[in-house]
Amino acid sequence: MLCRVADSLFWMSRYLERAENQARFIDVTSSISLGYRGSEQALWSSLLHAGGDVEAFLQRYAAPTRENIINYLLFDRRNLNSVVSCLTAARENARSVRETLTAPLWEAVNRFYLRVRTDAEQQPQILTQPHQFLERIKRSAHQVLGVRDATWSRGDAWHFSSLGYQLERADKTSRILDVRYFLLLPMNHSGSEQLDVVQWAALLESTGALQMYRRTWGPIQPSQVVDYLVLNPTFPRSLRFCIQAAETTLRAISGNTSNEPQNDAEKLVADTNLQLGSLTAEQIMATGLHPFIDQFQTILNQIGAAISSTYFQITTPA
Amino acid sequence: MTQSGPSYDELLTQAGVPRHSALSECLAALSADVLAERQKLAEEELLEKGITFAVYGHDAGTEKIWPFDVVPRPIPAREWQQIEAGLKQRIHALNLFLDDVYNEGRILRDKVVPEVLIRTAKTYRPECHGFRPPGGVWTHVTGTDLVRHHDGTLYVLEDNLRCPSGVSYVLENREIMKRVLPEVFEGSVIAPIDDYPERLLEKLLGTAPANVEHPTAVVLTPGIYNSAYFEHSFLAQQMGIELVTGPDLFVDRDDTVWMKTTRGPQRVDVIYRRIDDDFLDPEVFRPDSMLGVPGLMRAFRAGRVTLANAPGTGVADDKAVYQYVPDIIRYYLSEDPILNNVPTFLCSETQQCAYVLENLDSLVVKPTNESGGYGILMGPVASQAERERCAEAIRRDPRNYIAQPMLTLSTVPTVINGRLAPRHVDLRPFILFGEQTFVLPGGLTRVALKEGSMIVNSSQGGGSKDTWVLQQN
Repeated sequence: MLCRVADSLFWMSRYLERAENQARFIDVTSSISLGYRGSEQALWSSLLHAGGDVEAFLQRYAAPTRENIINYLLFDRRNLNSVVSCLTAARENARSVRETLTAPLWEAVNRFYLRVRTDAEQQPQILTQPHQFLERIKRSAHQVLGVRDATWSRGDAWHFSSLGYQLERADKTSRILDVRYFLLLPMNHSGSEQLDVVQWAALLESTGALQMYRRTWGPIQPSQVVDYLVLNPTFPRSLRFCIQAAETTLRAISGNTSNEPQNDAEKLVADTNLQLGSLTAEQIMATGLHPFIDQFQTILNQIGAAISSTYFQITTPA
Repeated sequence: MTQSGPSYDELLTQAGVPRHSALSECLAALSADVLAERQKLAEEELLEKGITFAVYGHDAGTEKIWPFDVVPRPIPAREWQQIEAGLKQRIHALNLFLDDVYNEGRILRDKVVPEVLIRTAKTYRPECHGFRPPGGVWTHVTGTDLVRHHDGTLYVLEDNLRCPSGVSYVLENREIMKRVLPEVFEGSVIAPIDDYPERLLEKLLGTAPANVEHPTAVVLTPGIYNSAYFEHSFLAQQMGIELVTGPDLFVDRDDTVWMKTTRGPQRVDVIYRRIDDDFLDPEVFRPDSMLGVPGLMRAFRAGRVTLANAPGTGVADDKAVYQYVPDIIRYYLSEDPILNNVPTFLCSETQQCAYVLENLDSLVVKPTNESGGYGILMGPVASQAERERCAEAIRRDPRNYIAQPMLTLSTVPTVINGRLAPRHVDLRPFILFGEQTFVLPGGLTRVALKEGSMIVNSSQGGGSKDTWVLQQN
């Protein structure tokens, strides 16, 4: 397929996943902020940290209030990662490769975009009561995934799109884990204080993992939460699951059936997969979760760059 | 040709008798509320499916939903037969004309068409001289605009031989009609149109360079901000071929065209290009064009790639050359033209120009090379100031203008604010020229949504209708 098309399919998927993640993070934060005993500002600011948006936000808004942050993350077009910006970018990418999507898939993406655009007109209301809007975003995102799964042949187009979803999921899970864990940190270190189950549950819920976690582990323990979100091979948003899936996808694209990676992207992903497969949560906690995630983020960036140079940029012969 | 008179209505005679009983009965059975509701449904469908076009002059990339009206426009079978024959004849002659003008120039030497008219045409491309495209096919795809005057006579308003657009809307309009207003189909047998993409692909591959066993065709688009982008994407998808932009292609030192794919470069043999000549190749035409492919003309002239339509075809749809089309038909085919031309005055001819300037209040004045309905003066309804500005422009650059008597376009009932009202329409059939010429039954009916207006272009508030070629009268 055309390099440009592969690029657009990859990014269309990343932007769609990004929008859904953003919606979920805001929804969960909104829920736990009600009747919250700690600093509500710190809670909401952690979302800005998760997106790497703090400075950009402070340049435009006077104070990190709930309304301002929700507005910034949902509607601000100057924020390239706001839900509205993500949907616009996703749809634009989709439109430019429309003929490679199935008609139902294009329509689902288009409808998602149009819906958000229309709903966004109720801005003031949404800032005070965001849940219904956020719920609709999640459902629309899931509808796209469903149509995608049911109608799209598993060819190159499908694979490049999957790659986008997988890398974005890994990225977002790692960020929210990093940031929320950081918030929860003071409470972990004082030894015998009551475990803030609510906060830990919220972290799991931010990645949609709470229910599945409980079925696997039962009660909440910090190291088990880390284990679940980083190392679990069956939960679709765990880092391990996403990297594993990315490896499978890259091999499907290159047609590599051997044991050796065929290009830089495959090699990076294979190495990371191996590493995640041999680590334990205790090891990660011992060396420090934050440094671990920092390193993981760096690798993700490298993987993205390798994919781009291998598949999206072809050099014209002289 | 008579000037005034009430419009010819495509559905009803002057006396109010339906021309097509089945259709009129179906329409009559639908209440105004139901029609209005279906109209709204159609609009929602178009929005959801993203069937749009972009209008220049607004913010870059402003998409508008394709305007569609649920009342179809019928064409009786016998009349269509004549239209089809006339179009085939016309396009055949124009292809021979293009081949001649860019090679021996016999028609110019025989002074049937003034040479100076060709050389001064803005769309004439000397870069195409001395070259014959495969099969002698210059215009693979043509859209010829037809109108019906109030006396019932059909006229060719103009030919569009460069990048005519609209066929995707023809196909989508039929789909929308079937979904939104199936009731009106009762009792009518309509010529199907779904095979257009297959026919187009066949024509494209049929003109591939000679020694290629399995030719690869692509659609070349200027990109998502182009007004007709939806169509480019739609046709690529329907034909199952790649949609490419300029930067996706490159031409190597052997004048071969390649596209950049994730598995390496892949050769391209036929390009259905929807980019204007000017922007096609920065090596030859506009050097600042980012939309084209450097070296494409090299590849074209080396016979390594087929361009559909060939560059340079615009010289034959120049509105001044239009006046000579009946002569062109007679010259190459020794036949009388089947379809009528509108009597046209060329401002480049002194006497005709004088007549035009004296009669601006009864003529329509058009620039010879604009599209989208811009720059047109509708003499009878224009203000004195507008006429004076037009006269100025004519005096400054007479070669750039032609004039024609104002035609009263036919009307078709249209849903306006929930009620049916007559609105003026034209018709753009699409012709695929080749060894066998295919004319798509019907074509795009464009409707001027403003009351009394005859400007049907979508960029100026026009709408469209499903067009039916009825297979029984």
